[in-house]
Amino acid sequence: MSAALRILAPGLLTTVQDLGRPGYQSLGIPVSGGLDPVSLRAANALVGNNQDAGALEVAYVGPTIAVEADDVRLSFVGAQAAIDILPDAAATTGERIATMRSIRVRRGEVIRIGSLSGGAVLYVAVEGGFDIPPVLGSVSTYLRGGFGGWQGRALVAGDRLPLRRSAASARDECRIEGLDLRAPARVRAIAGPQKDYFSENEIASFFAGQYTVCAGSDRMGMRLQGRRVDHARGYNITSDGIAAGSIQVPGNGQPIILLADRQTTGGYPKIATVISADLPALGRLPMGATIAFEQVTVEAAQALRRDLFAEIERIGEKIVPIGHAATDMAPMLLDHNLISGVVDAHNWTL
Amino acid sequence: MPDYRVLNAGDTAIVVEFGESIDRRLSTWVLALARRLDEARLDGLVETVPTFRSLLVHYDPLILPTASLAARIAELMQGLPVTEQGGRLWRLPACYDPSLGLDLADVAARTGLSPAQVIERHCAVTYYVYMLGFLPGQAYMGDVPAELALARRESPRLKIPAGSLAIAGAMTCIFPLETPCGWHLIGRSPVALWERGPRPRALLAPGDQVGFAPVSLREYERLLVKAADGTLEIFPMDEAVEAAA
Repeated sequence: MSAALRILAPGLLTTVQDLGRPGYQSLGIPVSGGLDPVSLRAANALVGNNQDAGALEVAYVGPTIAVEADDVRLSFVGAQAAIDILPDAAATTGERIATMRSIRVRRGEVIRIGSLSGGAVLYVAVEGGFDIPPVLGSVSTYLRGGFGGWQGRALVAGDRLPLRRSAASARDECRIEGLDLRAPARVRAIAGPQKDYFSENEIASFFAGQYTVCAGSDRMGMRLQGRRVDHARGYNITSDGIAAGSIQVPGNGQPIILLADRQTTGGYPKIATVISADLPALGRLPMGATIAFEQVTVEAAQALRRDLFAEIERIGEKIVPIGHAATDMAPMLLDHNLISGVVDAHNWTL
Repeated sequence: MPDYRVLNAGDTAIVVEFGESIDRRLSTWVLALARRLDEARLDGLVETVPTFRSLLVHYDPLILPTASLAARIAELMQGLPVTEQGGRLWRLPACYDPSLGLDLADVAARTGLSPAQVIERHCAVTYYVYMLGFLPGQAYMGDVPAELALARRESPRLKIPAGSLAIAGAMTCIFPLETPCGWHLIGRSPVALWERGPRPRALLAPGDQVGFAPVSLREYERLLVKAADGTLEIFPMDEAVEAAA
């Protein structure tokens, strides 16, 4: 039988995601893709994949997965979680392993990922990637539209995800050091595009306020609760386009930040837009987290975007074999094809 | 040259806004600019999203600086066509049976018309597709006759079936997927505006013109079976509609 990962328990919401499906928003198709593309890229890099390969995005509660291949190399990057490698599906205890590393798991063994802490998402990448046909150029799952990823939906028990490789390559396991996944003190945003729907005072209060990420948040939008934002000119606008990170303010005055599965157009005024460099950190903020904003200029945001992509290009340098120090590793890593030479600018879909 | 303003939607998108209302003239400019920008194939331009009254332009500022993009847009505004470019003309089957058009009686009561008059008014118009959005392939079509224009329902339904034909304000839509919805349901169409499968596609495009052909419940059910088999093929009436100035 072909190599696969079998889902024994799906977790809360486990989906296949890559860097998304840009280019079809004019047809009403959201971009989708990983909520935290930095962790997704790092997970792929740890198993030697291209950074834009599809991986599992685990939200809040992890899945239990059985290996149906000679062996597979997996990596785990993102939120903290208790991850156990069990000898078989009947076992209740096994070897506890850390996140931020790769590991080889053998046929019949089971990977059990518990509840996440310190973040909303964890990425599980597999060496060689999943053998799933892309839809419109991407394997990202678009839940509402019911396409992409694995059968257009979140994973359920019994799913069998086919793998490209039937066995892991022979190499040392690695970990990633110094990848900064801390929650930002303040999420930076640019005022507008509908800032003329709010008074100057109201915009200043919004940037001075503090909000809580509340229940009902999902891959489409992060619902915030806090000081009510009042509209100066009503809360209906003639629908216009929605950018990633748009902060719309519906009639109840509680802002919603639009994320990866956001609708392409909408009719609520948008008071501000989270900058592209802060979207990965935003995507990993769990429900219950507090969030405060800082207003920045477009120029500052674009400089921060440049910094983020410089950091992304250095992901390969942060990967070190387990049991070695992080010095003079580059030649060895190049041997193992862990550092890809070039980052394709057109994949910079943050 | 049309009046417009450029608004920042974060650091990787700008809104080119021609106005704030739903207006065929604004739509013509939006679609013309979208076409010109797409043809210009600027390095660093990711995609454009036309809406009723503005064009959202997604770009990568590390490749295409904001100022260069704005300057290029200013150039493209020169001599922007003010007449509609020919879209395709469609005639889509629609069933207005009260078992599908759950709000037909309510719409009749609110507008002071009979249900038959509501249907007659709704399908007397050839609608213009302003934009696609909200759901894959969902076309916003206008303008609904003023006597049928109603605000959205006070309490939206949590779920309406795919294919629902509905009205709200000056717009009519066929909802391509099951979705929550606050619009008034007046019927259903068997036509999939969004085709699933390995090569998904949207049937309609902005600038197209759409008329509705009323069909009986029996005919609707027959067409629905064909649609499920993948044998319901819908073609435009002709290649291009002559531009209406």
